[in-house]
Amino acid sequence: MGLVVAMAEAMTEFPVERRCPFAAPPEYDRLREQAPVSRVRLGGGTEAWFVSGHREGRAVLADPRFSSDRRHVNFPLVNADEVTRERFRSQPPSMIGMDGAEHTAARRALIGEFTVKRLAALRPRIQEIVDGFVDDMLAAEEHPVDLVRALSLPVPSLVICELLGVPYTDHDFFQRRTSALVRRSEDPQVRQRSFDELRDYLGELIDRKAAEPGNDLFSRQVTRALADGTFDRDATVSMAFLLLVAGHETTANMISLGVVGLLDHPDQLAAVRADPAKTPLAVEELLRYFTIVETATSRVATEDVTIGDVTIHAGEGVVVSGLAADWDPAVFDHPDRLDIDRGARHHIAFGFGPHQCLGQNLARVELQVVFDTLFRRIPTLRLATPVDDVPFKTDSGVYGAWRLPVTW
Amino acid sequence: MLIKADPTACVGAGQCVLTEPTVFDQDEDGIVTLTTTHPEGPAAAAARTAVTLCPSGALSLVEHDT
Repeated sequence: MGLVVAMAEAMTEFPVERRCPFAAPPEYDRLREQAPVSRVRLGGGTEAWFVSGHREGRAVLADPRFSSDRRHVNFPLVNADEVTRERFRSQPPSMIGMDGAEHTAARRALIGEFTVKRLAALRPRIQEIVDGFVDDMLAAEEHPVDLVRALSLPVPSLVICELLGVPYTDHDFFQRRTSALVRRSEDPQVRQRSFDELRDYLGELIDRKAAEPGNDLFSRQVTRALADGTFDRDATVSMAFLLLVAGHETTANMISLGVVGLLDHPDQLAAVRADPAKTPLAVEELLRYFTIVETATSRVATEDVTIGDVTIHAGEGVVVSGLAADWDPAVFDHPDRLDIDRGARHHIAFGFGPHQCLGQNLARVELQVVFDTLFRRIPTLRLATPVDDVPFKTDSGVYGAWRLPVTW
Repeated sequence: MLIKADPTACVGAGQCVLTEPTVFDQDEDGIVTLTTTHPEGPAAAAARTAVTLCPSGALSLVEHDT
């Protein structure tokens, strides 16, 4: 009994705060060394399995016996307050919360919009957008410039707005609400209000697309569903919500962190600048190194499943930490080294299995264009503050920086 | 070496097209198609990588097809 209590007290609580942007929490190494599938405590006193090994993480995420249904009572939600649980119960899930055939149908309705070729065709427009915001930066009269507001957030926001058909003039409205939604320390009621307001906004937008379709993704989805008699307004709003939130918050934070990472590793930055063909490699390594989303790869077992040496029983929750997996030294030699030449494509920063990020190739194009353009046009770019003073998002479901003062 | 693609398992992540566009493509709906089933040389090595990167297990390899 005494031992059980002592073990419970020693159990790591997930998520572990990132105390340094250039290192995964040392707790993850300790857990992985003990066992790649272990136990953690979640907020609210519940427990879940914790997968810190890369091989084991991919195995869980690829296995259809693990469900993504966030309405399941044992689904390991990080914000497990009643307001949040009720929200998942009361709204139709977006595809990230679906399983099996239902998930396949929802995802297949969208993947034609995100093919590698279609996204490559967007590259000139993305270049134009990035150049526009860099022009504004270069014209700034006051220094330092906050890179988050000047570039990191507006680039993916404008790109996703144009793709989806969301008026960019409303960006302040949805950026603030998205930010509140992913902030763990935010009051659950405030998060709920942000959620409701964003849903109302998207509901009205979807109604407008139904009445007057334009040349954008939301219009195409609505028009097709109306034509084949499958239109479901609530489900469409859930889809719209997912694409809008996932489409800018994640890429924005990767832009900020990628800039921090490259500036902190001048040899790596020099290598990219000497040979822009290396930019895609750099993007993959930065995605691995920072793995900014850790909470989208949780599951609940629907059957008993053996992963490594552990049997996970039906009904038990599992957290796969992409960050821990992407710092697994068995797969990434010296994971603490930012090394663009290592070939990091097998990272799971975008997840793995049937839910792997739908927008990953859009993110890749955006990140490649931003890093190439920023360091080419502002070669003397540097942080205007010691990196220790940068306010990193230690309490957010998406890691990043709240502000990033830069100068040149 | 023979590459096989299962369109029913494909989730349109595009990892294969990104890795080796001379072997893999996506149709209008985003589902994998094969330009060749027998890649050779560097394309064969890249196709092998694509199989390991495919998130949905839609790709497979037969080493010694006859």
